[in-house]
Amino acid sequence: MTAVSAQASQATQVSMAGALNRALGDALAADPTVLVFGEDVGALGGVFRVTDGLAARFGEQRVFDTPLAESGIVGTAIGMAMNGLRPVVEMQFDAFAYPAFEQITSHLAKLRNRTRGRVSLPVVIRVPYGGGIGGVEHHCDSSEAYYTHTPGLRVVTPGTPDDAYRLLRDSIDSPDPVIFLEPKRRYWAKGALDPATSVGFDRALVRRPGRDVTLIAYGPMVATALETAEAAVEEGWDVEVVDLRSLSPFDDETVCASVVKTGRAVVVHEASGFGGYGAEVVARVTERCFHHLHAPVLRVTGFDIPYPPPKLEEHHLPGVDRILDAIARLQWDDEVVGSYGA
Amino acid sequence: MARTRAPERTLLPSDEPLSLLRKDGTPVDDSPLAMPDDDVLVELHRRMVLGRRFDTQATALTKQGRLAVYPSSRGQEACEVGAVLALRPDDWLFPTYRDSVALVTRGVDPAETLTLLQGGWHLGYDPYEHRVGPQCTPLATNTLHAVGFAHAARLKGEDTAALVMLGDGATSEGDTHEALNFAGVWRPPVVFLVQNNGYAISVPLSKQNAAPSLAHKGIGYGVPSVLVDGNDVAAVYAAVREAVESGGPTLIEALTYRIEAHTNADDATRYRTSDEVAAWLDRDPVDRLEAYLVSRGLLDHARRAAVAAEAEELAASVRAKLNVDVVPSPDELFEHVYATTPRHLREQAAALREELA
Repeated sequence: MTAVSAQASQATQVSMAGALNRALGDALAADPTVLVFGEDVGALGGVFRVTDGLAARFGEQRVFDTPLAESGIVGTAIGMAMNGLRPVVEMQFDAFAYPAFEQITSHLAKLRNRTRGRVSLPVVIRVPYGGGIGGVEHHCDSSEAYYTHTPGLRVVTPGTPDDAYRLLRDSIDSPDPVIFLEPKRRYWAKGALDPATSVGFDRALVRRPGRDVTLIAYGPMVATALETAEAAVEEGWDVEVVDLRSLSPFDDETVCASVVKTGRAVVVHEASGFGGYGAEVVARVTERCFHHLHAPVLRVTGFDIPYPPPKLEEHHLPGVDRILDAIARLQWDDEVVGSYGA
Repeated sequence: MARTRAPERTLLPSDEPLSLLRKDGTPVDDSPLAMPDDDVLVELHRRMVLGRRFDTQATALTKQGRLAVYPSSRGQEACEVGAVLALRPDDWLFPTYRDSVALVTRGVDPAETLTLLQGGWHLGYDPYEHRVGPQCTPLATNTLHAVGFAHAARLKGEDTAALVMLGDGATSEGDTHEALNFAGVWRPPVVFLVQNNGYAISVPLSKQNAAPSLAHKGIGYGVPSVLVDGNDVAAVYAAVREAVESGGPTLIEALTYRIEAHTNADDATRYRTSDEVAAWLDRDPVDRLEAYLVSRGLLDHARRAAVAAEAEELAASVRAKLNVDVVPSPDELFEHVYATTPRHLREQAAALREELA
């Protein structure tokens, strides 16, 4: 590679926060009914700068700060969507979204159904979620299970900058409400961005092909899963990584095709395991792929504890070693698997 | 910090509820409210009579098991009818479960109004047809929908106001606070009509509120506030019309009373006295307007008989439509969850069809 082309390739690298910013800007430019609002999204550009420059570019009628009130942000977004607009709102942090839970579950998720399809609510709720950034309490929750348990919501989460752009554009175009979970510890991770490609809103993606075991991950854990796959090469394991992207609806087809091929699977997420999203994935894979499985489907998750303080979060969050250990427990040693199962 | 905005209208409500007609139907001379035109008053009367008949018919249908539940608004007709008739054609109404008479007044088919309470489906009408949001069962959540809707109208350059109805109990909910605050800051054309009927199920206002009145709650948000006599339909109409035309937010507390229990499932004798109910029966909103109309020569026997006959026709029509067994199709369970039904729901629908085959 010449020096010039290396420079050009570097120029196309963008952070996930930058990709999201570009997606918002492109959506605002493409459709005059799109609005962006929430707390601190205006002059400040969001505490993570995801909305940087948008208020200056599109004006206060399109991008604006609201009072500090999460239920108010979602509740007014519902009214605006009923009146023909497409609000994209920000919840500043995962656990700060809980005051809006009633508006989300009782109204946002259900109004299409309650009105027999007459009311459509194209609302996107952006939620920076998950840990790994040294945040203090209430800033690091992984709240996906609350939302995926609610029929009527779409729940998506990108694992790469490129996908962050694509998923957010698809979310804004969606006629149904979308909970858009942004893995905040990946905001600054860079990658190539190709705005033109489309892979389908509901589809999972095979991020790395492999023969021996499927790692099923999403959001912040996609990068960790890919790292694990590289480390697993040394152990002689060829790991396939599936990035779910859409948590709800769930892409059984892509996931099951991978598990049928490998016969072994591990689901990874940051959230607590008990009653968690991974339990749903394990159940679906078991129900649909049982006769192709050579071992139980395992989960590697955060512990069943409230999110810990920053100085202890490294113990809570799944890392490469813990995932490798799980893969080892699946490996070709029927006695190990058998004793675990008993 | 300097004040950012001078209030457009006075924030402080009056000490006593504003009214246009006294309890006996004689007009108040020095009311700050504008007496509606004669033809409006005649129409307010007709709609209150129709509304009351609809309400008693729905209550009867509940006793016959035709409705799962019915929250009566008997005694609150002045609020239900006065507020809705004050709306302009393009304005929107965001009602609660108790506001079926408001819906009927807005033009929603009376039987479709009862679909929710009948258990046929969650909603029986098209919100866009009559500009009426779904009847809201959780308390106060609809206040934010109204604020958002009115704000969107303003952003789109449309002259559309939103009227949201809520009860005294709903003023204790956090969403009322957030909605009033958003309304104070954004100043969209939204009217909060609090029908203070004295009780949130069984809890009296004294255990709900410590402010001098519920209307006083607007002050802290910079929302102009009005206290009206909620059994005086002329006053409710005038106050809502003025608020709608102001182009900004208004909080109106209408002081009224729920003559029936909270719903058919409630025993109101456990928490209030018959003397109290009798005192409010003596302030009946329909009787009050009738007395005034008769004194003005706007209501005679023929007119009264014609309205009564129309009310009986309405009741008969509601009975006929409700006295049938409604069996919604199980297929509907899986429709309209998403714009396009996803695969897992198609599979579940197929499984249910097979189970029922």
